[in-house]
Amino acid sequence: MAATKMAPRSPIARDRLVTAGGLAAIAAAGAIGLVLFPNDLGFLTRVLATALLVLSLDLVTGYCGVATLGHAALFGGGAYASGMLAAHGGIQDPLVLLAAGLAGGLVTGLVSGLVILRATGLPQLVLSIAVVQLASALANKLSGWTGGSDGLSGISPGPLFGRFAFDLWGQTGYLLGVALLLVVFAALRALVLSPFGLLCRGIREDVIRVGALGARVRPALVAMYGISGAVAGLGGALSAVTTGVVGLDSLSFERSASALVMLVFGGAGSLGGALVGTVVFQVFEHAVSAANPFHWLTLVGLLLIAVVLFLPRGLQALPARLAGLVRRRAAPARGGA
Amino acid sequence: MELLRVEALTLAFGGLRVAREISLALASGDRLALIGPNGAGKTTFVNLVTGQLAPDAGRIVLAGEDVTRMAVAARVRRGLVRTFQISRLFRDMSVRDNVLLAILQREGRTARAIRHAATDRTLVAEADAHLERLGLGEVAGDRVGAIAYGQQRLVEIAIAVALRPKVLLLDEPAAGVSRAEQPRIVAALAALPPDIAVLMIEHDMDLVLRLARRVVVLAAGALVFDGSPEAVVSDPGVRAAYLGSYGT
Repeated sequence: MAATKMAPRSPIARDRLVTAGGLAAIAAAGAIGLVLFPNDLGFLTRVLATALLVLSLDLVTGYCGVATLGHAALFGGGAYASGMLAAHGGIQDPLVLLAAGLAGGLVTGLVSGLVILRATGLPQLVLSIAVVQLASALANKLSGWTGGSDGLSGISPGPLFGRFAFDLWGQTGYLLGVALLLVVFAALRALVLSPFGLLCRGIREDVIRVGALGARVRPALVAMYGISGAVAGLGGALSAVTTGVVGLDSLSFERSASALVMLVFGGAGSLGGALVGTVVFQVFEHAVSAANPFHWLTLVGLLLIAVVLFLPRGLQALPARLAGLVRRRAAPARGGA
Repeated sequence: MELLRVEALTLAFGGLRVAREISLALASGDRLALIGPNGAGKTTFVNLVTGQLAPDAGRIVLAGEDVTRMAVAARVRRGLVRTFQISRLFRDMSVRDNVLLAILQREGRTARAIRHAATDRTLVAEADAHLERLGLGEVAGDRVGAIAYGQQRLVEIAIAVALRPKVLLLDEPAAGVSRAEQPRIVAALAALPPDIAVLMIEHDMDLVLRLARRVVVLAAGALVFDGSPEAVVSDPGVRAAYLGSYGT
C-alpha cells in the first residue's frame, strides 16, 4: 500500500486527543472508585478535593515556576468562605457554597500572589510560608467566625439540585467531586494550551526572554495566581460541603508541603502528572498506614526517594522511561543479528 | 529617518566606568557594527539601551520618544528588540511555539486564556513563514533543546524579526556557531528587513566587513572610532585599543 505512513496530526488535534483521553481516564477512575470501593467514598472525596489543590499548585509551580510552600492558604480561603456562608449565612445550596469557595479562593489567590510575587527564589519560598502561617493565625484568631482551633461546624448543605442528598455513604459528595474534577480538568487544559498558558510556560523557562518579547511578567503571574486560587478554593469548598466541617488544618503549612510533594511525585508542569501524583500518593499512604501503622511513614519516604531518584520528572514520565528502556534492550539485539 | 539616538550614556560600577558618555545615532536602514576588545563594555552598552541596566546619566530616544526610564518590555513593545549572546530560547517548547509566542505577544493576544494558542491560522502561518525563510521549516515541530546550536541561533533571529522591530540589537549573532553553519547566519542577517536599523556586536571582522556599512569601536567604555568598515582596519587609535601597549 502506498499510504502506510500516517499523516502528522496538527498540534490542536493532538492536544484535543490528550484532553479527551484525560477526561475519559478521570471518568473511568471515578466509576471504578464508585463500584469497587463503595465504603471508601469519604476518603476518595478527600482525594478529589486534594487533587484540585494539587492541580491549582501545578498552575503556579509547574507552569509558571513559582516556588511556594503556602498554597493551602488558597484551599483554606475557599473552605472558610464556603463554610462561613453555610454556618453563618444559613446558605444550604451546595452549588452556591462551591461558588463561594471559588470566589474565596480567587481573592486569597490574588492577595497572596501579590505578596509572594514580590520576591523570587528562596525569599519567595519564605514569603509563601509566611502567608500560610499568617492565614492560619488569622483563622485561629477570628474564632467567632471560623470556630478557631475547634473548627467550623454547622455546615449542612441541602440536596444537590434539590434531589440528591449528602448521605452518610458519601455517594453524592463523591459524584459531585468527580464532576467538578472533570470540569476543572477540561477548563485547565484549555487554559494551559491557550496563548496565556504559552506565555506562562515561557515565564517558567526564561523570565528575561519573556521580557525581551515585550511581555509583562508580573500581571500574568498575578492573574495565574488568581485562577489557581479559584481552583484551590473549589477544592476547599468541596471539602467543606462534603465533610460538613472546616478545620485549621485546611490552611496549614503541612497541607501546603504535602501538596508540593504530591505534585513533584506525579510530575510538575503536567495536569495529568498532578492528578496521578495525588491519587497514587494518597492511595499508597492510605493503604500502607492501614497495613503497617508503625512504619508507614518510612515506606512513604522510601517511595518518594525512589521516584525522585529514578523518575526526576515524576510518575508522568514513567511510560516514556519504560519505552526508552525497551528500545535500548531491543537495539543491541538487532545490532547483533 | 532617525530611529535611535543615544546621548552621553554613562554608567559606573563603583569606581569602574563601563560607559563613558557614549553618543550615537541610528537611522532607518543603517547596518552598524559595534566592535571592541573583551571587556570594552559592548554588552553593557546593549543592556543600557534595552533597559536591562539603568544609566547614571544620559538619554535614550527611540523614534522620537524618550525611553531612558522605561522598562525593558515597554521598549520592546515600541520596537526596540534584541537578541542574546548566548541563546535564550524556550528550550522545552517547539521551535514553532517559540516564534508563535513572539507573534502572539506582538499582537497583544497573550491575555487570551480560552482557545488554543494555534487557533489563529494566519499567525501560525506567519510563524512557519519566518522559519521557512531561515531554512528551519523541517524542525518547526521539534523541541528547541533538541536542535543544533546553529539552528538555535537562527531561531533567535526568527523571533527578533517576528517582533517587527524598528531597531534591532544583535549581540554576537554568530557566537558559538561552527564555520560550516556561519553562511546561514550571514544570509539570515543579510535578509533582515531593509528599513530597520541594525546594531550588531561582532568579533569576527570577516562578518563585520560583509554586513556592516558603518563601524563603531568601543574601548574601556568609550567610543574611539566611528566610520567605514574599510577605515577601521587601518585606524591607529583602534589598533592601540585592541593591542594595548604591544601596538605602540
